[in-house]
Amino acid sequence: MTLGFMAALPDWLVNWWTDLKDQFILNFIKDDRYRYILKGLGVTLEVTFFAVLLGIAIGVIVAIIRSTHDKLVTDMRAGIARFILNILNALVKLYLTVIRGTPVVVQLMIAYFVIFSSSKNKILVAILAFGINSGAYVAEIIRSGIMSIDNGQFEAGRSLGFNYVQTMIYIIIPQAFKNVLPALANEFIVLLKETSVSGYIGLEDMTKGGDIIRSRTYSAFMPLLAVALIYLVIVVFFSRLVSMLERRLRNSER
Amino acid sequence: MNDKPVNYSHLIQVTDLKKHYNGGDIKALDGVSVNIDKGEVVVVIGPSGSGKSTFLRSLNLLEVPTSGSILFEGVDITSPDVNINRLRMKMGMVFQHFNLFPHLTILQNMTLAPRKLLGLKKEEAEARAMDLLGKVALSDRAGAYPSQLSGGQKQRIAIVRALCMSPDVLLFDEPTSALDPEMVGEVLDVMKTLANEGMTMVVVTHEMGFAKEVGNRVIFMDQGRVVMDNTPSAVFDNPDNERLRTFLAKVL
Repeated sequence: MTLGFMAALPDWLVNWWTDLKDQFILNFIKDDRYRYILKGLGVTLEVTFFAVLLGIAIGVIVAIIRSTHDKLVTDMRAGIARFILNILNALVKLYLTVIRGTPVVVQLMIAYFVIFSSSKNKILVAILAFGINSGAYVAEIIRSGIMSIDNGQFEAGRSLGFNYVQTMIYIIIPQAFKNVLPALANEFIVLLKETSVSGYIGLEDMTKGGDIIRSRTYSAFMPLLAVALIYLVIVVFFSRLVSMLERRLRNSER
Repeated sequence: MNDKPVNYSHLIQVTDLKKHYNGGDIKALDGVSVNIDKGEVVVVIGPSGSGKSTFLRSLNLLEVPTSGSILFEGVDITSPDVNINRLRMKMGMVFQHFNLFPHLTILQNMTLAPRKLLGLKKEEAEARAMDLLGKVALSDRAGAYPSQLSGGQKQRIAIVRALCMSPDVLLFDEPTSALDPEMVGEVLDVMKTLANEGMTMVVVTHEMGFAKEVGNRVIFMDQGRVVMDNTPSAVFDNPDNERLRTFLAKVL
């Protein structure tokens, strides 16, 4: 039955189909090569997940230092607090300039071959490098969110008796977070895709996994397309998730 | 801690308060001295740029004065050793633009500070809030978000949000200036009720009717100085000052 069906098709189509099947078996099934991609996917997700967490932590702290400095320093009395704030602000500004002014691949290689050259833990180095890199972008996103909140919100919090940090935590950050959620989501999508340069330090992430298959089978089409497809699916799924979250947050105000 | 009772003659005693910008080029406050006693309703009027809002905002240090002193319950709040946050709990403030927290419901707006700062339990804070909501006839809006309310309703909520902290004084910064005309009355009514209940209030406003009817004292400010500080009848019925007369001719 099947044979009869195949026979009815034109030769070129049958050939193409057979070729595709052979390619698939060669690239994924033979020697369990699919495992390169599967294991790589695990590494990619692990690096992205922890880098995102690190990026948020750094980003929030840096954003609070920057916006606190911009908001308060002109009103502060000269003293130790203002001195510390000025020093912190100068430090985080340096951090932002360096991180945003150099390519992430270079940062990754510097982290692995220079700073942590004694470490064999490639995943940890990648998490640190991508997290520190992402933190700079997250910081600017959150800072813009904090600055976008009307100063009256801040004054209302302070006039009730909240101190600066409490006002930030209870009143400003929740509103700022909601405003910058789309930009943050975009940053995380970028980060997920950026981890594809992990191969530069020999970390076998998903992209590297696909590349290893290519180097074994000398066929690029299947492994690279599979890798691209998986990135695409993750990004689309994540985007959906974020827009659902956005809608829920918006609903809570109407 | 500043909980020790201090003997003081005035609830708020402002002495020679100055606020300068641009290294003294602009004098928003140029030596203001005012005493405010418990239970008084003091209305501050004056042309725009006269420093009346700056004066009010200095009272809880939202504006940091350049020099001068502000004694609140006998404590100089401009001193660097004072914990201003503790004092602000006792000085409620109502803003021109309401400044309700849009991400919280009305009830959450009202219970946030009492729970976090006074350590009230959720039930206690909510009971107090619902009681106050009843007073301003907005009990049915407890679960609503600020964006669902009219301007007048928002300002009434802002007032009871401040009251939830049981303050010793309420500061009003042009509370009706951002309202549609038909909503001004409902907010002024709440303020009148508060005044009758003995709440100490400092009110910056353009509502001369309110100043006349509810105020114990009217302070007229111009160019960062107090020009007149007298009873409403002295200020409105026989103004013996040229600048005051010019101002009143424009607003009445």
